[in-house]
Amino acid sequence: MRADRSGQILLAHGSGGRLTQQLVDSVFARGLSNPILVRMEDAATLDFQGRLACTIDSHVVSPLFFPGGDIGRLAVTGTVNDLAVAGAEPMHLTAGFIIEEGFAFHDLERIVESMSEAGAEAGTDIIAGDTKVVEKGAADGVFVTTCGIGRVPDGVDISAAGARPGDAVIVSGTIGDHGITVLSQREGIGVATGLVSDCAPLWPLVRDMLAAAPGIRVMRDPTRGGLAATLNEIAQASGVAIEIDEAAIPYRTEVRSACELLGLDPLILANEGKLVAVMAQEDTEAVLAAMRSNPHGRDAALIGRVEAAAAPRVHARTLIGSRRVISMPTGEQLPRIC
Amino acid sequence: MTDAGRLAFLDEFRSGPQTRGLLEELVAGNSVPLKVMEVCGTHTMAISRHGIRQAVPEELTLISGPGCPVCVTANADIDAFIELALLPDVIATTFGDMLRVPGTRMGLAEARGQGARVQVVYSTLDALKIARENPDRSVVFFGVGFETTAPTVAAALLEARQTGVDNFFVQSVHKVVPPALEALSSAPELAVDAYLCPGHVTAIIGPEAYAPVASRYGIPCVVTGFEPADILQGLIMLSRQKAEGRSQVEVQYTRGVRAGGNPAALALMEHVFEPCDAAWRGLGTIPGSGLAISEEFAAHDALRRFPVDVSYSREPRGCICGAILTGQKTPRDCGLFGGACVPEHPVGPCMVSSEGTCAAYYQYES
Amino acid sequence: MCLAVPARIVEIDKQMATVEIGGSRREASLVLLPDASMGDYVLLHAGFAISRIDEAEALETLRLFRAMLGEGNVAEDD
Repeated sequence: MRADRSGQILLAHGSGGRLTQQLVDSVFARGLSNPILVRMEDAATLDFQGRLACTIDSHVVSPLFFPGGDIGRLAVTGTVNDLAVAGAEPMHLTAGFIIEEGFAFHDLERIVESMSEAGAEAGTDIIAGDTKVVEKGAADGVFVTTCGIGRVPDGVDISAAGARPGDAVIVSGTIGDHGITVLSQREGIGVATGLVSDCAPLWPLVRDMLAAAPGIRVMRDPTRGGLAATLNEIAQASGVAIEIDEAAIPYRTEVRSACELLGLDPLILANEGKLVAVMAQEDTEAVLAAMRSNPHGRDAALIGRVEAAAAPRVHARTLIGSRRVISMPTGEQLPRIC
Repeated sequence: MTDAGRLAFLDEFRSGPQTRGLLEELVAGNSVPLKVMEVCGTHTMAISRHGIRQAVPEELTLISGPGCPVCVTANADIDAFIELALLPDVIATTFGDMLRVPGTRMGLAEARGQGARVQVVYSTLDALKIARENPDRSVVFFGVGFETTAPTVAAALLEARQTGVDNFFVQSVHKVVPPALEALSSAPELAVDAYLCPGHVTAIIGPEAYAPVASRYGIPCVVTGFEPADILQGLIMLSRQKAEGRSQVEVQYTRGVRAGGNPAALALMEHVFEPCDAAWRGLGTIPGSGLAISEEFAAHDALRRFPVDVSYSREPRGCICGAILTGQKTPRDCGLFGGACVPEHPVGPCMVSSEGTCAAYYQYES
Repeated sequence: MCLAVPARIVEIDKQMATVEIGGSRREASLVLLPDASMGDYVLLHAGFAISRIDEAEALETLRLFRAMLGEGNVAEDD
């Protein structure tokens, strides 16, 4: 049922009255239907025992739709992946939408549909939600916030502070796909790569990894700030040095070439379907084998090792065999010509 | 890596086996102290990215020169562009490099926070497109860069005039390399034995441009490419010149540079610009080292169209970017480096530009 | 100072070309390199082809690298 003939979201859709109800019924309840959501209580109630993981993530992306995904898919995978890298099996999500007045109904439906699909891939559902509509110009299309809870299996203890000297550092696949995909869609960049975002829920991969080695010490998803930020976070939290081998990092050729063209550092590019894991050296082979038999870990690679250090830092062994420091990235990456 | 995934003319110049031989040669052939200035900021970046500074023999010191437009653009020029960006109905367009550069009062990023419309473009043709799409606005492009970039700005100006895009303007703070090298070389405090000359500037101006510097001041010059193997070979060629007592202009980057440079680009640059004196941060005003928009294209000159007052401009206090640019000091000599001046809150431009000497030191070597 | 990357011309339409490097494509102006032709490798700077890459010279440079390696390692093959 379309509440507005122009196919646009109006301020009244957020006013709490009949239009709000119509929007919720026609888009959200229909698109995300599950037994808990359809009750439409003020709060979902759940039975639970054990250790719980909880996380929240707000999503803004320009453009809203990009090859390989959209803000809806991103909002689900972002939260699912934050749970997954804590070793938690995602149980349920909740979602909040801030919609700009005039936003196309049809686009909202597409976004909700992607959320439903991504939820199914991750084995989770959206059990509560909220919608607000703001005046034209007060938001950029739509902002989506998702909160998630997950169950941490017994014996799993994953923390950024867990890395120990001698441990191995692994990435689950090619780096920078999402960052270059989104950047190349922006106006004024004009680079066509044929890349698609790697945006994907990682719980199935993490499940396989934990089955191979429940003692995995650290997992993180290198989203904003990329591999450089994630490795620095791990080094700082664990009080160790990490040395990576630049030649071992998996990249798609299009990511490398787009970085050369635009003067970008691939280590800072965002990823939305990749993880970094640190584990004892003896677990490496089993974990890599498990990862490589999962579609989201096919290109998994051992990229470095953890070393003892007086001060936490991240080094790279460069292509010519020298060493350089990988520091915490600062600010947004912009294409440069110099 | 599979062959299909190869980046032609890049990967074969940065592979480990290739560079190992060059490094061995550099170590074997270099026994006397040699101070080399890499004139170009893109060389500085490549040197940092590949850890070349740490890999070369101790006798060889690499000093970063003034070839980074973000670093040498004077505060007054940056302030002027920010004033232009803050004007109503102006869309300011710039290469991404300049967005975070601090001016006297604010940088472009802050100006954007105050309501200025600032758009990052990859090419001058993108800025021209924005002008075509916004006929009721004035689109101002920040013309920074050296001889490699200036022709691309000249091309946009020519096209704007030919196709009647009257709302496209350029603030030209372009600079040219040979007069700056001449000024550096003639300075008594210069502590440099040899120049690693910029490959891409030279693709435009031709290697002959450095002949006066090499002959008059006895400083060896090697025009060099930007991959690690190129840079190592350039350094070997410079140390050989030094060992043999020669001071010539040699070209390592023969695949990209020819005698006489690029005549079409030079002609276009000469048509649209005329030489002017230019203020370089840290080097002061160097005669004939800038490019002003010629009389013929005056209608597209942003500062003639929109005169702005930047009498408040001053250079940041305590910042030694100037001495760093001339090779007299390194970032570690600066009291602000790593404390008050870090990439998140840069004081001087050498920290802003990712190819700036300070940023490169901080990023890759701190 | 100036980032420029080697890219191959895969299409020409008057003064505009499409160039390709490792699967990434972009429009490039040929105004500064009017005699460029299809299949040429050019140096691309800020959306403009600024110089043609001389493939023979590139091979010669690579040969020189190998020769240096040979000089430094006389005992090895070559």
